[in-house]
Amino acid sequence: MTTIEEFDKHPLSRYVRVERFPHIWCEGCGNGVILNCFVKALDDLNMDMNKLVVVSGIGCIGRIAGYIKCDSFHTTHGRPIALATGIKLANPRLAIAVISGDGDLFAIGGNHFIHAARRNIDMTVICSNNFNYGMTGGQFGPTTPLGSYTTTTPYGNIEHPFNLVHLAAASGAVYVARWTALHVKRLTASIKKALQKKGFKFIEVVSPCPEIYGRRNKLGRAVDVMKQYRQTSEIRHGYDPSKAEITQEKIIVGEFVDIEKPTYAELLQKQFFKVQKKLKEG
Amino acid sequence: MPVRMWRQPLDIEKVKRPKAEIHIIKNQCKGCGFCIQFCPQNVLEESEEINERGFHPPRVIDENRCVLCSFCTSVCPDFAIYTVEKACKDGC
Amino acid sequence: MEKERTVLSGVHFMNGDDACAEGAIAAGCRFFAGYPITPATEIAERMARRLIEVGGTYVQMEDELASMAAIIGASWAGAKSMTATSGPGFSLMQENIGLAVMTETPCVVVDIMRGSPSTGQPTEGAQQDVMQSKWGSHGDYEIIALAPASVQEMFDLTIECFNLAETYRVPTFLLADGFTGHLWERVVIPQPEKIKIIERKKPSVPPEEYLPFKPDKDLVPPMACFGEGYQVHVTGLTHDERGYPKTVDPKIQHELVWRLREKIRKNSGKIIRTHEFMLKDAKVAVVSYGIPSRASMNAVKGARKAGIKAGLLRLITVWPFPEKKVEELSNRVKALVVPEMNLGQVVREVERAAKETPVHFLPKIGGELHSPSEILEVVRRAAKA
Repeated sequence: MTTIEEFDKHPLSRYVRVERFPHIWCEGCGNGVILNCFVKALDDLNMDMNKLVVVSGIGCIGRIAGYIKCDSFHTTHGRPIALATGIKLANPRLAIAVISGDGDLFAIGGNHFIHAARRNIDMTVICSNNFNYGMTGGQFGPTTPLGSYTTTTPYGNIEHPFNLVHLAAASGAVYVARWTALHVKRLTASIKKALQKKGFKFIEVVSPCPEIYGRRNKLGRAVDVMKQYRQTSEIRHGYDPSKAEITQEKIIVGEFVDIEKPTYAELLQKQFFKVQKKLKEG
Repeated sequence: MPVRMWRQPLDIEKVKRPKAEIHIIKNQCKGCGFCIQFCPQNVLEESEEINERGFHPPRVIDENRCVLCSFCTSVCPDFAIYTVEKACKDGC
Repeated sequence: MEKERTVLSGVHFMNGDDACAEGAIAAGCRFFAGYPITPATEIAERMARRLIEVGGTYVQMEDELASMAAIIGASWAGAKSMTATSGPGFSLMQENIGLAVMTETPCVVVDIMRGSPSTGQPTEGAQQDVMQSKWGSHGDYEIIALAPASVQEMFDLTIECFNLAETYRVPTFLLADGFTGHLWERVVIPQPEKIKIIERKKPSVPPEEYLPFKPDKDLVPPMACFGEGYQVHVTGLTHDERGYPKTVDPKIQHELVWRLREKIRKNSGKIIRTHEFMLKDAKVAVVSYGIPSRASMNAVKGARKAGIKAGLLRLITVWPFPEKKVEELSNRVKALVVPEMNLGQVVREVERAAKETPVHFLPKIGGELHSPSEILEVVRRAAKA
């Protein structure tokens, strides 16, 4: 039996474009795990794959849009959230998932992130945080820890990294969670929760980048990094995101924010009915 | 994460443990070792054979140990391993 | 939505920006994403007020990059979408304009040009972005750009921009200058049945047989939008007919980029529109576009009165450049005169097409309009030489 025929028997194969596998990601890359958890969540929710749109940016994780079997858009660097805003507002019946990287969403795309969160546009944003720009060879980014080695910080990073969950919560996201690539069951549950909730949801996934970031910072193989996640991660639901920085000793994971807030589309619709009523009254 | 039972559950006669079939798509595996490392029942180990990509795919040591937690299914970055509940005939 | 509210048929006294917004709504535009910038802010303001009345969506994005990205997304979700900006915002939009070209996304970008470069003269009109609309983004590509010369044309040509965008699946530009944008003139908005609207081609095959980027004979692929069951993958990377990235095959890159270019070039005969005035027996021809055409028209009339056989070729379509028309014209006239509100953009294309025929250039920057007498003076000189 060919590999594709075998793959077709996999319970989740109908959610991916099997003809495009094997995917381009390295051995042990967290992106593969994110893809797996995402399609598992879709399967559990019995998602209508004709009503889902996946938008991604540039980076290794950006290729995910080409692997999921649904309408998808692989945009220019940093712009998936802006593009997704256009899709959502033009056709509010579509469910939008933006899956992109730490650099794409928070460096070049930082402005779009905070504004979409502020507006509470209904979309689920999943950030694959591997602490560097992997696709281009391993440069530092807005989440690279202080002192890390990357190709553009050969003497160690001197920039303080973002605390992504704090940024998302401060910008107004209604659901903020952080998991690592090891917490597969909880990540799947978080994605399911996010896809069913209304508003701007953010899930940070701490993922290993074994070939580039891991190698340069002597973190070992991907499985060693995952073992490290097991040692250092602590599940604290409801923890104050402003205190949840990622450090060598501790990665606080869990669901930090879970609130309700009127979405942009809901407010727009309210306004639409008000305007229509006024026009009818002449 | 590994669950070690040190006492017999009180309803062990009534509750049937699920039986699993473990499927490994050998040529899809990239040898990351996640499934082997994190299986709570130590069902898998690295095999000696080399797949067409040059990696050692996992090998099932004892399928009866598997409790269908499906952790390997979810943690595999390459969709190379999955568990399916074995269809239960009488007395399984 | 009642039709009367969608298309405001009747005679109006309107501002150029407002006429543009009304033209968009009449053409079926139901999504506008923009950012305020003088002198295009009025388009955003009018859209903010009017779109909700007709069931559309106005969103003010955080910057022009986001605006361009949002209209691409909205177009793929099935809506006719538009943004409006001026020089500085236009520069910001370039990368995503390239994305719209590569993904064959129909959308309309209105550029109310103002004094440039950089922040320049926000309240003075200019024609300094013409080259940027064609060459602004990286790479080889073709786009369509129209230049209105009156407020009526702000209405009519916006509709035409939408029709061209939908027909050729390409971002189409309305290159108005700041004066036309803020000019108040009489506009006649026809009855909705009289307005010709073109919708994008839809696939005629079921999803299993559909190849999203396989062109028809006219080099334009039918477009299945998101949510219609076709599960299309769209990417800015070089892609094959299925839409999947194929970046290391020279054949695929060549086929794709060549087709995106030929899509416009091959169909340029159907796209290009010009207006000819007294050109049949002309010895000196003025080639202009946008608001200088009004002064050029007066200058040509004045020249004729003075016994000079002058004529006017007004370019309604600036890109693709009507090079065949200009070349043919240059073969039978003595000289060409090109007035522009910049230091030389379309004139370069005219010179290229005119070859040996002398081209007299009349630049004007700073916010003053060409006067008919200035153009007449150059026509006189051209006729004598």
